[in-house]
Amino acid sequence: MGIRFVLMVNKQGQTRLAQYYEYLTLEERRALEGEIVRKCLARNEHKCSFVEHRNYKIVYRRYASLFFLVGVDDGENELAILEFIHLLVETMDRHFGNVCELDIMFHLEKVHFMLEEMVVNGCIVETSKANILTPVQLLDKTS
Amino acid sequence: MEQLKTIGRELAMGSQGGFGQSKEFLELVKSIGEARSKAEEDRIVVREIETLKRRIVEPDIPKRKMKEYIIRLLYVEMLGHDASFGYIHAVKMTHDDNLLSKRTGYLALTLFLNDDHDLIILIVNTIQKDLKSDNYLVVCAALNAVCRLINEETIPAVLPSVVDLLAHPKDAVRKKAVMALHRFHLKSSSSVSHLVSNFRKKLCDNDPGVMGATLCPLFDLIALDPSSYKDLVVSFVSILKQVAEHRLPKSYDYHQMPAPFIQIKLLKILAVLGSGDKQASEHMYTVIGEIIRKGDSSSNIGNAILYECICCVSSIYPNHKLLEAAADVNAKFLKSDSHNLKYMGIDALGRLIKITPHVAEQHQLAVIDCLEDPDDTLKRKTFELLYKMTKSSNVEVIVDRMIDYMISISDDHYKTYIASRCVELAEQFAPSNHWFIQTMNKVFEHAGDLVNIKVAHNLMRLIGEGFGEDAATADNQLRSSAVESYLRIIGEPKLPSMFLQVICWVLGEYGTADGKYSASYITGKLCDIAEAYSNDETVKAYAISALTKMYAFEIAAGRKVDMLPECQSFVEELLASHSTDLQQRAYELQALIGLDARAVETIMPQDASCEDIEVDTDLAFLNGYVQQSLERGALPYIPEDERTGMVNVSNFRSQDQHESAQHGLRFEAYEVPKPPMPSKVATVSLSSSTDLVPVPETLYSRETHQISSAGLSSETGSSELKLKLDGVQKKWGRPTYSSPTSSSNSTSQNPVNGATQTTDVATAVNSKVRDNYDTRKQRIEISPEKQKLAASLFGGSTKTEKRSSTSSKVPKASASVPDRSQESKAAVAPSEVAQGKTIQSSPPPDLLDLDESTITVAPPSVDPFKQLEGLLDPSINSTTNHSSGVTNAPDIMTHYAATPASRESGSGGYSIPVTGDNVNLLSELSNAAVRGTTGETTTTPLPQSVKGPNAKDSLQRDAKVRQMGVTPTSQNPNLFSDLLG
Repeated sequence: MGIRFVLMVNKQGQTRLAQYYEYLTLEERRALEGEIVRKCLARNEHKCSFVEHRNYKIVYRRYASLFFLVGVDDGENELAILEFIHLLVETMDRHFGNVCELDIMFHLEKVHFMLEEMVVNGCIVETSKANILTPVQLLDKTS
Repeated sequence: MEQLKTIGRELAMGSQGGFGQSKEFLELVKSIGEARSKAEEDRIVVREIETLKRRIVEPDIPKRKMKEYIIRLLYVEMLGHDASFGYIHAVKMTHDDNLLSKRTGYLALTLFLNDDHDLIILIVNTIQKDLKSDNYLVVCAALNAVCRLINEETIPAVLPSVVDLLAHPKDAVRKKAVMALHRFHLKSSSSVSHLVSNFRKKLCDNDPGVMGATLCPLFDLIALDPSSYKDLVVSFVSILKQVAEHRLPKSYDYHQMPAPFIQIKLLKILAVLGSGDKQASEHMYTVIGEIIRKGDSSSNIGNAILYECICCVSSIYPNHKLLEAAADVNAKFLKSDSHNLKYMGIDALGRLIKITPHVAEQHQLAVIDCLEDPDDTLKRKTFELLYKMTKSSNVEVIVDRMIDYMISISDDHYKTYIASRCVELAEQFAPSNHWFIQTMNKVFEHAGDLVNIKVAHNLMRLIGEGFGEDAATADNQLRSSAVESYLRIIGEPKLPSMFLQVICWVLGEYGTADGKYSASYITGKLCDIAEAYSNDETVKAYAISALTKMYAFEIAAGRKVDMLPECQSFVEELLASHSTDLQQRAYELQALIGLDARAVETIMPQDASCEDIEVDTDLAFLNGYVQQSLERGALPYIPEDERTGMVNVSNFRSQDQHESAQHGLRFEAYEVPKPPMPSKVATVSLSSSTDLVPVPETLYSRETHQISSAGLSSETGSSELKLKLDGVQKKWGRPTYSSPTSSSNSTSQNPVNGATQTTDVATAVNSKVRDNYDTRKQRIEISPEKQKLAASLFGGSTKTEKRSSTSSKVPKASASVPDRSQESKAAVAPSEVAQGKTIQSSPPPDLLDLDESTITVAPPSVDPFKQLEGLLDPSINSTTNHSSGVTNAPDIMTHYAATPASRESGSGGYSIPVTGDNVNLLSELSNAAVRGTTGETTTTPLPQSVKGPNAKDSLQRDAKVRQMGVTPTSQNPNLFSDLLG
């Protein structure tokens, strides 16, 4: 399966985007997000960007006030996931231009569309920014 | 250029503004963004739910408005509240002709619903229709939904369309169709088993995106059954070669690296295909070697690929050259300052040592550093590595470390995990019985309630069975030391229940075995336990069984039983217990005490917990009795299966079945309960006797079962406990297990023990060697503790011949090794230390902490505008520098901010990027200023702008907030900071 979830959470622990690739109930999500954020916030920047939590391995990266957290299975290449996060941020940046937390909040669905292009069934399927953004931009145009 | 950018933004804005996000939505986002606490956020969401519940049912809601409502529902669920009242509206929205509405509808459903939700059936029809649409974006939207919402039942409804779409002219559709099939395969592999050949075909798709996506299902399929895909090895190798040679379109590049994610996936596939297959592996050697050779160890993504190469190399059939190259790469990881790379390095080392165990020794210090690092993640990874390296020579150090760590953490999940690891290692490699018992005691004491019950049973059985080899004496020693340690531990407060069970059982069984302790002493202790943990019925059950045994042994030995008053009261308490199990045990004890020595000895033989009990299933010993009865005219027994047609009401079993089948009310009267049989006591001692007791099985089966699990002497060894034991005896005790390294072990253990003979040659060599070491030692100071740890972990044990051939500095390593250890410990450790450190002292590899470097370096390569901005920076930089970043800056900012704001004021629309533009320029500006003054602060991953209120922030806030038409009192400036700043 690879990627189990993608989360964007700010420093205050408020969720800005959540995409799960396996079904969890609301309560489970809430608990999981709380625990993970607490864990990651407690770490300083000298520690590695990977945390084990229950059966997940979480790869996280911080951009300004926003944490990007990706939960993966055991067999996943953590460094690659770290770069996947960066690719996602770069892609958003290309679309929004100097993307900030507020862009994600105002365009939640678009960020989801981008993720939908990049990750399917928990696998990274598309990494070309042009390919990721084409459908999103076409949607913009048609509406 | 700046103007150009602004124009571009505004063009983009045109469409964004076109959504017409309402003021309400902006307000919602703003208030959520500014919420200070989870509680405040919850209040906002609860209010929002109320609003939405009212609004969403209003008639004739415009499409645009409806889409916004759905997105607001997304917010509700994302923030942890139930939005199920709106699901149906998302379903409706998927019917919409408007593409954006449709896709948003699908998106919402994929986020809301699990694939077993009742509403799914309502959208299957829509999905079917959309899959046939002429607009490929509609098809893609439907395929997205297929990948998330179609379950096993509904697969057949969409399968034909999905298969057709594999040949769709648009690559985006083909790609998603492949992934839809992948999903079907994951959900129900039988439903698409006839279609897997499609994945092979799609591997040759001329669009690299489709090919890349196809690797995902293929990886899964290959992992399940590698042998069926060996023919693809050549194809994968050639694809990998082409990718690595930069033959894919530039758009797949990531930081100048050709399609790294595809490379990694391919390497993963090759690792599986080449595992244990020499022929397949040979195809791969060249391309992997090439990738490693060209590898870029200065970027994260480069290292990600290199790491994957190491994984692949250590998985496929070993190739000496590649392994060496991999070890070199790994050395760089381990020596890096980046924790991320160290982590990867430790992981990779764990893979490499499986094939070349000697690679670990040059990294001893790096490993120990990681072990002692405050970072838990790194520490755990290192434990993982140590676990793989454990052998009988270093098990004590490793397990001790693990236990120390286990005690220090509070995370139950990991505690459980590491406790089981400790137990496993202790069982496999324990150097002595005493150590084993001590180790198990610690594990039980600190993680007792977390370890699997099997572990406790294992321990009891190990103590009970002994180890076979040295027979009686060793076993008795083990038992004595166990008893001794338990009597010591009992005093500690709050021991875990499971540990107490073990203690009770062992005390009951062997407490008086060596004659050191009197029965009254042990029984007193047992009563203490029962009293201290009076809430724990299981412990009490173990305690009373132990008492029973204690007294039985006493009676059997012909001594007079003098029950302590506290024992008496304990038994009395249990006689009246609510638990029938405890009651029964108490009655058994009472009955047993009244019997004579011979009877007691047969019922409770000493140290017989592991004796085999022959169960006479035919009840042959009753033949005489049966015969007698028959002669006296009793009816012969008719087997159950021959009793057809007979309704036997008194037969409990048939009645039971009857009952469960009907599940209705019973109208006939209940059976008169049978009085408890006095012969019940017999159930305790002989398991076969349970069959004898003419009491309906249903009544007592549960109890007898409990007795057996509670460790009654005759039954502890029975099937229930056999779970993990089979291998234990073999593993335990002797180091026969330590597999490939055992040969090097035996030669190397000598130096550790200090039993060595020195030859003249060796000393000569050694003195020279030591000179070298001494000079080096002066340069690098390493704490003696670490050196000691290194020595005990890696010991002499890893000084193999292999090593001597690789390290040219020690001419006769094997000869010098024993000698060195004869010198003081300090001499041993530094020498090994020096080995590791000399390499470290070479110029440090230029691996910056990649986190930061990529953040700051990467964007310019992507965004040409930024480069230009970068050019602009220095000039502004100097001004801000002088004016301490405040006085001049506001002027510039207000200037920029004023124009777009006034321009927008007429339309009143939302145009954050316009101002965000200036903001960005300024944020870079302020960054640059900081950079200029403090020099090295560039490594801080956060833009400094986040900290403290400065002019830039206030301006940013002001501008954006004004765009939103809200008062500029934003409480959360972070909302506006550039992520890639």
